[in-house]
Amino acid sequence: MKFLSEYRDQKAADQFAAAIRKKVTRPWTIMEICGGQTHTIVKSGLEDLLPKEITLVHGPGCPVCVTPIELIDKAVAIAKRPDTIFCSFGDMLRVPGSSKSLFDVKAEGGDVRIVYSPLDALKLARANPTRQVIFFAVGFETTAPANAMAAWQADHDGIDNFSLLVSHVLVPPAMEALLSSENCVVQGFLAAGHVCTVMGFEEYLPIAAKYEVPIVVTGFEPLDLLEGIYMTVSQLEEGRHEVENQYARAVRREGNRPAQKTISEVFEISPRQWRGLGEIPASGFQLRGRFQKYDANRRFPFEGEPARESPECISGLILQGIKKPHECPAFAVKCTPENPLGAPMVSSEGACAAYYHYGRRQKTSVQPELSSPASR
Amino acid sequence: MPAFANDALEQRHDGAVVPVNGARLAFTTDSFVVRPLIFPGGNIGDLAVNGTVNDLAMCGARPLYLSAGFILEEGLEMQTLRTVVTSMQKAAASAGVKLVTGDTKVVDKGKGDGVFINTSGIGVIESTEIKTIGPASVQPLDAVIVSGDLGRHGIAILSVREGLEFESPILSDCANVWPAVEALLNAGIEIHCLRDLTRGGLATTLNEIASDRNVCIQLEEALIPVDEVVQGACEILGLDPLYVANEGRFAVFVPAAQVEAAISILKKVDVSQGAVRVGRVEETPGRTVVLQSRIGGNRVVDMLSGEQLPRIC
Repeated sequence: MKFLSEYRDQKAADQFAAAIRKKVTRPWTIMEICGGQTHTIVKSGLEDLLPKEITLVHGPGCPVCVTPIELIDKAVAIAKRPDTIFCSFGDMLRVPGSSKSLFDVKAEGGDVRIVYSPLDALKLARANPTRQVIFFAVGFETTAPANAMAAWQADHDGIDNFSLLVSHVLVPPAMEALLSSENCVVQGFLAAGHVCTVMGFEEYLPIAAKYEVPIVVTGFEPLDLLEGIYMTVSQLEEGRHEVENQYARAVRREGNRPAQKTISEVFEISPRQWRGLGEIPASGFQLRGRFQKYDANRRFPFEGEPARESPECISGLILQGIKKPHECPAFAVKCTPENPLGAPMVSSEGACAAYYHYGRRQKTSVQPELSSPASR
Repeated sequence: MPAFANDALEQRHDGAVVPVNGARLAFTTDSFVVRPLIFPGGNIGDLAVNGTVNDLAMCGARPLYLSAGFILEEGLEMQTLRTVVTSMQKAAASAGVKLVTGDTKVVDKGKGDGVFINTSGIGVIESTEIKTIGPASVQPLDAVIVSGDLGRHGIAILSVREGLEFESPILSDCANVWPAVEALLNAGIEIHCLRDLTRGGLATTLNEIASDRNVCIQLEEALIPVDEVVQGACEILGLDPLYVANEGRFAVFVPAAQVEAAISILKKVDVSQGAVRVGRVEETPGRTVVLQSRIGGNRVVDMLSGEQLPRIC
């Protein structure tokens, strides 16, 4: 099985698209809550294959985008210190805080490093015993097992000069917050495939039942998304509201039990601020018990001012799928990836940034046009 | 660069074509700061020679002479320097260029990155008949051809930096492309533009041309050649091969009627045996690069802001 070619095959895509067109009898709005899925949809121009009755909206699925500015400011303050090595995934580096991004700190001489895994940060801690090594632990449930393992290994091996700046967010509480809002336009969900690889999909059963919405666990290749959309549309047309698993090659109902065990040993559920959405109760992870000593928030006290968001930014409406990025007056004019006014323009998986980069600047399919001069 | 404005600079091409006593000379300069100094398939020395030779080739000029300026960091191992210099000698001989002048400076430890090299080059456009090769000559409906598969150099570098190993190791595609350009010129192909696909990859090169020339370029993803192993590495590292650097690949714009002939000529030359058409210049004006994806949807291929960063998950 060659995933890269077979899950991107044009003929199969056309077949799925035809099947969706055949099923659809009325308009439906479907949301995905996963930056990786947003990215694939916009990058492959998937919406061009769908009938106009289907509206795809992009939820708060980009953990980079929903990280509060205050936490970026905290990261910047820690990274500026001469005794620290600040480690992070790549896309966090560009997020502007109140005055600087981590990239700026790096350019000014701060020791900021891109790593692919928190265990690489732990290696740095071992290799640099006189310096503090901090890892920016951002992500949905997907990245939690690796972060938990890093803290667990640090504890096991007695490594003191390591800490995590935690910004984990959880999908099911976000889904409930969206569904319980009176402005909710979403009729069906594609659940994030890799979140479910870790957590399974049992948590979604009560949500599907309570709000009567179909939820389909979906993968990340174009054919996965088309199949997930087909399954969701089928449920909607047939009046069902079940949890189904399109991504069966990587997701089991119970998920990855050893990963869940490690997570629950190291983390506990906590309330969390979601940039653009406000506080959602029980929607994040924080370090618990003996692992609290690895909490960078406690290790590096920091008095920052509460950050002010731009009044022009409508990210709350974007993240709930009520408006699309190109419907915002500031989009691609005042608000660009170089100069983002708010959360969804910040990372390449945020809805606004994805629309900007991949040219979805009008409602219909991509037209060639003059690109905005400010960004050149 | 407003401080230096002049006609030659305004060509905004890989090198400057300047008139000297009736001849058309191409003149170019480039500096090389790659890390690691030695990578699978080459080293900074190969890059320093081939990079500048290629910039001259992109003007349609036969590369003739190079200069080389070295800035060496104190403490650099002599063996490393020998490896680099030997590679430069071999690359120059292979490209038929002479290194005729140079300079060396040494800086204190910590003030350099091992070796920095600047090479400047002079070439000559031999035929008086060929028109200027550059973005200004690009026409609507021109075909866009790339000389081979994309992404090898960038991935070769990153694989060392990230400690990745592959079953079949990915080697940099660093090479001198003049033989391919020479073959096209000798066959009388009407070349409108040549551009090598270095930093920022195919996407950046085409965006620069689209922007300079006010054209819209359409690409077909299914036609763009990327080796399976390179594609896999890109997927793992969260990178888009369209933006990954190449050091032995170029794009050429030719009239649609000459596309088959051009590809057939390129395929006969080693360095361009993987040549393939990947897109065309649209009739309607614009300043964008648009891609039709494998599954038939459309998207814009935008300019990168800053470096390409790997995505979280």
